Amino acid sequence: MPVNPELQGRVFPPVVPYLVGREKVREFSRAVFATSAIHFDPNAAADSGYSDVVAPPTFAVVVQEATLAQLLAEPDAGIDFTRVVHGDQRFSYSRPIVAGDELVATLAVTSIKSLGGHAMVTAESTVLDSAGAHVVTAISTLVVRGDA
Amino acid sequence: MSLAVGDVVAKKTFHVTRDSLVRYAGASGDFNAIHYRDDVAQSVGLPGVLAHGMLTMGIAVQPVLDWLGDRGTVTDYQVRFTRPVLVAAAEGADLTVVAKVGVVDDAGARIDLTVTFNGDTVLGKAQVRVSLA
Repeated sequence: MPVNPELQGRVFPPVVPYLVGREKVREFSRAVFATSAIHFDPNAAADSGYSDVVAPPTFAVVVQEATLAQLLAEPDAGIDFTRVVHGDQRFSYSRPIVAGDELVATLAVTSIKSLGGHAMVTAESTVLDSAGAHVVTAISTLVVRGDA
Repeated sequence: MSLAVGDVVAKKTFHVTRDSLVRYAGASGDFNAIHYRDDVAQSVGLPGVLAHGMLTMGIAVQPVLDWLGDRGTVTDYQVRFTRPVLVAAAEGADLTVVAKVGVVDDAGARIDLTVTFNGDTVLGKAQVRVSLA
């Protein structure tokens, strides 16, 4: 089944709020070879003006993941997960994510394009904090390979 | 801080191993088996296990964060995944990141990353927007 072009413009319901834990930030920071103390030590983070440890810039992918799962699970999407390759990724931040944040992500499919038998699906996840203020928008382009 | 277009602000090589991939799988929740099983990777036409693109992206920004310190924050970060990073079971893989000033403006700067593995670039249009205090 090819990717459904009618997905373009579809907005999904917000996913369950993601509570950012201090240990998760530390675990993720170690995994991406981060070294700055603001990712590990709440006191160092406080000295830099943050309420708790600061997540590295790509941490937002963890919050975004549940929204992409929604997209892949959409019955009429026609996106075969085994044919999906990550084409590009972008994060646009209003402020860094810190431990203690409760984040709500909402996915919108902003573009579906065909290119040489493949489909390019651009999905934009807007992440807000519990006060409703924008934190980050995570944008992924997924390349869905056509029939070989 | 005085910055000029073309200045190299950071350069660093990271040694990535299969252990790194398992650690990133757990930390990120991306358990796609092509990142830890050669047989699964080969079944989809890859030579072997490759690094998560998001791990490469996550590592590549680290030299910029270390250079930036307390002077600013990352406001935007984008990459295109252009080549896989194959991580050999015993040898691992070395990723080299060169971070160069691409643009200086009122908002801060754009730092352009060149990320190479075995002499080939693996990310395209890898750009980090930083605000500068």
